[in-house]
Amino acid sequence: MAAVTQDTAIRTGRITRTFIYLVLVLFALFYLLPLYVMVANSLKPLGEITGGNMMALPGTWTIEPWLAAWSTAQIGVEPTGLKPYFLNSILMVVPAVAISTVLGALNGYVLTKWRFPGDNILFGLMLFSCFIPFQIVLIPMATILGKMGLAGSIPGLVLVHVVYGIGFTTLYYRNYYAAFPTELVRAAMIDGAGFFRIFWRILLPVSGPITVVSVIWQFTNIWNDFLFGASFGGQSQPMTVALNNLVQSSTGVKEYNVHFAGAILAALPTLLVYVVAGRYFVRGLMAGSVKG
Amino acid sequence: MSTDAMSTQVTDTDLRTRLQDWIPKLVLSPSVAMMVVFVYGFILYTVYLSFSGSRMLPSYDLIGLANYTRLWGLSAWWTAVINLAIFASLYIAICTAIGLTLAILLDQKIRGEGMLRPIYLYPMALSFIVTGTAWKWFLDPGIGLENTMHLWGWESFEFGWIKDRNMAIYTIVIAAVWQTSGFVMAMFLAGLRGIDNEILKAAQIDGASNWNLYRRIVIPLLRPAFLSAFVILAHLAVKSYDLVIALTGGGPGRATELPATFMYSYTFTRNQMGTGAASAVIMLMTIAAIMMPYLYAELKEKK
Amino acid sequence: MGFLDISNVTKTYGNVEVLHRVDISVQEGEFLVLVGPSGCGKSTLLNMIAGLEGITSGDISINGRVVNGVHPSKRNIAMVFQSYALYPNMTVAQNMTFGLEMHGVPKPERDKALADVAKLLQIENLLDRKPGQLSGGQRQRVAMGRALVRDPDVFLFDEPLSNLDAKLRVDMRTEIKRLHENLKTTIVYVTHDQIEAMTLSTRIAVMYQGYVQQLGTPKEIYDKPANVYVATFMGSPAMNVVKAKVAMREGAPHALVTGHDGTDHALRFSQDNLAEWDGREILLGIRPEAITDPDGADRNSNNIVPITNRIEVIEPSGADTFVTMKLGGRDVIARMRADADVATGRDFTFAVNMEKAVAFDPATELRIQP
Repeated sequence: MAAVTQDTAIRTGRITRTFIYLVLVLFALFYLLPLYVMVANSLKPLGEITGGNMMALPGTWTIEPWLAAWSTAQIGVEPTGLKPYFLNSILMVVPAVAISTVLGALNGYVLTKWRFPGDNILFGLMLFSCFIPFQIVLIPMATILGKMGLAGSIPGLVLVHVVYGIGFTTLYYRNYYAAFPTELVRAAMIDGAGFFRIFWRILLPVSGPITVVSVIWQFTNIWNDFLFGASFGGQSQPMTVALNNLVQSSTGVKEYNVHFAGAILAALPTLLVYVVAGRYFVRGLMAGSVKG
Repeated sequence: MSTDAMSTQVTDTDLRTRLQDWIPKLVLSPSVAMMVVFVYGFILYTVYLSFSGSRMLPSYDLIGLANYTRLWGLSAWWTAVINLAIFASLYIAICTAIGLTLAILLDQKIRGEGMLRPIYLYPMALSFIVTGTAWKWFLDPGIGLENTMHLWGWESFEFGWIKDRNMAIYTIVIAAVWQTSGFVMAMFLAGLRGIDNEILKAAQIDGASNWNLYRRIVIPLLRPAFLSAFVILAHLAVKSYDLVIALTGGGPGRATELPATFMYSYTFTRNQMGTGAASAVIMLMTIAAIMMPYLYAELKEKK
Repeated sequence: MGFLDISNVTKTYGNVEVLHRVDISVQEGEFLVLVGPSGCGKSTLLNMIAGLEGITSGDISINGRVVNGVHPSKRNIAMVFQSYALYPNMTVAQNMTFGLEMHGVPKPERDKALADVAKLLQIENLLDRKPGQLSGGQRQRVAMGRALVRDPDVFLFDEPLSNLDAKLRVDMRTEIKRLHENLKTTIVYVTHDQIEAMTLSTRIAVMYQGYVQQLGTPKEIYDKPANVYVATFMGSPAMNVVKAKVAMREGAPHALVTGHDGTDHALRFSQDNLAEWDGREILLGIRPEAITDPDGADRNSNNIVPITNRIEVIEPSGADTFVTMKLGGRDVIARMRADADVATGRDFTFAVNMEKAVAFDPATELRIQP
């Protein structure tokens, strides 16, 4: 029998282990390849792409495509670059994430610590609303946003993302607070703290981990959304819609390097968040939404 | 008698306690109101429209099941439905297979797990538009993989699925698997880490080989993770829209239309709102059929 | 009128009545223990006193004021929870003064109260720590400190010792008893541990299936259990309850019980009114310590009856030796001195102290009153 570590329950031989590493590394390459291609080609002059190998590193390094994608590329009919759309996305994401997280936290608090008859049914309805295909609400949403004067505006998009985001944030906070001892809430009640005071002083200080999850989830989802942005963005289109317009534009020469730079720009905020806090996110997600 | 007791109780209750009784419901009410209007109200509205003769604008003349009859008579809808069936089954099966394999392999006390895991997972942070953009060019025969292989000397290599009516749907599967399989891996890994090590030790003492250990003990214990993965993947598949738009735009021709893209184009560009609404209702029913039993079980269990 | 009055209180969830017409009146300075198995309604009753659960019907009043609809924080009560319920994000000092802060007590007063209680409980050195850094016993002290700081009318304890290990539990029990004796506070204490109930209380309410089975001093509960349930719940090992037949011998009522070999033993009752039961079946209750070896029998008793029966099992526990034999077809445990001369399988003469025996009506399981 091959050398075996003491604490592992499953034992594998040397040849098996080599094979395992091989498979794992191959998959790592599979996941990394598209990113590598994007980054490498975004730093090449266009000629090197159309005439050369997409796997090759740039012969001439240039950041021109990035500058073009950011400020001069043709988006739709205007040569504005992605900059204004990036700003739109930020203006949409920040309030939408903040509002949906705050509402989710309060909802989770009520649904676990101030239970009332029928609360489970309400929660079930909220939960189901996370999973509906949004096509089912597109038509009435377009009508209502128009009637409210919010069509094609940032506040309109914020409203849409809050509405369809609170299901998830409520789910996260509910599951998190469900594990929080109810006796603590009772102790605080006897101590004389009211609804908001208990939330503020007792629950919120220990809600860090789930808030990270909720914020990252909402940030990623809203930043990456395309359907609502394309349907209701109007004059205030977010980054994803602009990127798609850039890439799909049928006029002129296809500037692949600019497209790649634009794609990375669009992915950068979520990738950054993922790199910084991804570990907490996955951990919280496992505990929160799906019990493995 | 009992109502009497109740009424004295109410008068005894001080103002603060009564207020405290209402605050939680008040706090919940904006969310509930939004949900009732924007989710369930809108669903009902769309269902109504699906029975109406709406074209470019909503109209309220009921025409019975005509939209549904027309919908199932459209070859474009059938294409979308068949595409969804192909896409969803392959997407779910391959993601599950890759996710499970990677999770089991990563669970063998792998050195460098901390480095590999984020590599498998990062595509999840990208939008489908970015994924679509990346894979669109990667799969493009002119500049992508095929071209690269030719430049590397493999002249006969051909990979033009994205331009092929019959094969283009599979490129969507590839890109979607690339985006989500790492996430499925994380779900299975969490499941594996939750299995009691003593059970595995007991099985080994019973003489189970590694193969049997996984086949007979571990994989059956991962049932909840399989279920969660299935539900999440299935609902993502039905909702898939962005990826198709970015990768193929529904083409070549209409070869990669899915119900989500069908609904959008019929409703907003072809002015067939009634038919579009009917297709949205069918999408919702598909998802409800998948989610309802799952949610019901989840909520009941947590009670 | 007591200091804390529970009158005619019931509790229903949906159609299920979980507490049936509870009547308990607690005097100021009393230590009332609610004891019973899980699901007997004791915690529900405590939560109703605290205001954490509503009252379906009846009244609860504290210090002369009906508090039925009053918010928990306005009842002037403090509660020590089973899990201690210390706020994890606050220091010990913040935990203890949170209630005072919520009630608008000025800081100097809060600090004074905190210092006094910390001194009393000897936790001054822990005040800056977070609950996560404390041991189980220390958390327990802090939880009590939080209650004491409030100086409430009534203290409520919800199984406060059940999360401690055996040794610490005994120490904390003594501590709580000492606190009560020094401070003369009114306490309602919930536990499932009958030893805690006996040692701590001035009065005990034994609860079972939503009914108060018996309310009385520990001695009353132990010596004069109201029914078979109370008799067997209180005491460890439990009271032996065996079938017996009443027969008159020499003008006095005797209990006839069958020994291991089928022969009847006659045990004379000290209770004369059992003459009315002549010829009828009863349930005879004898505590293990009332069945001993002859040398260990109670010298003050006027009614020690010797019976010879076979020893089946011997369990030495150090201080005592428990001996099992068969009476009336049931296992009966006797409590011997540690050095009693016993051996398994041998016939042995047991001394039964019939002054301590009780009789129950087999139909109602109620004790037959003398």
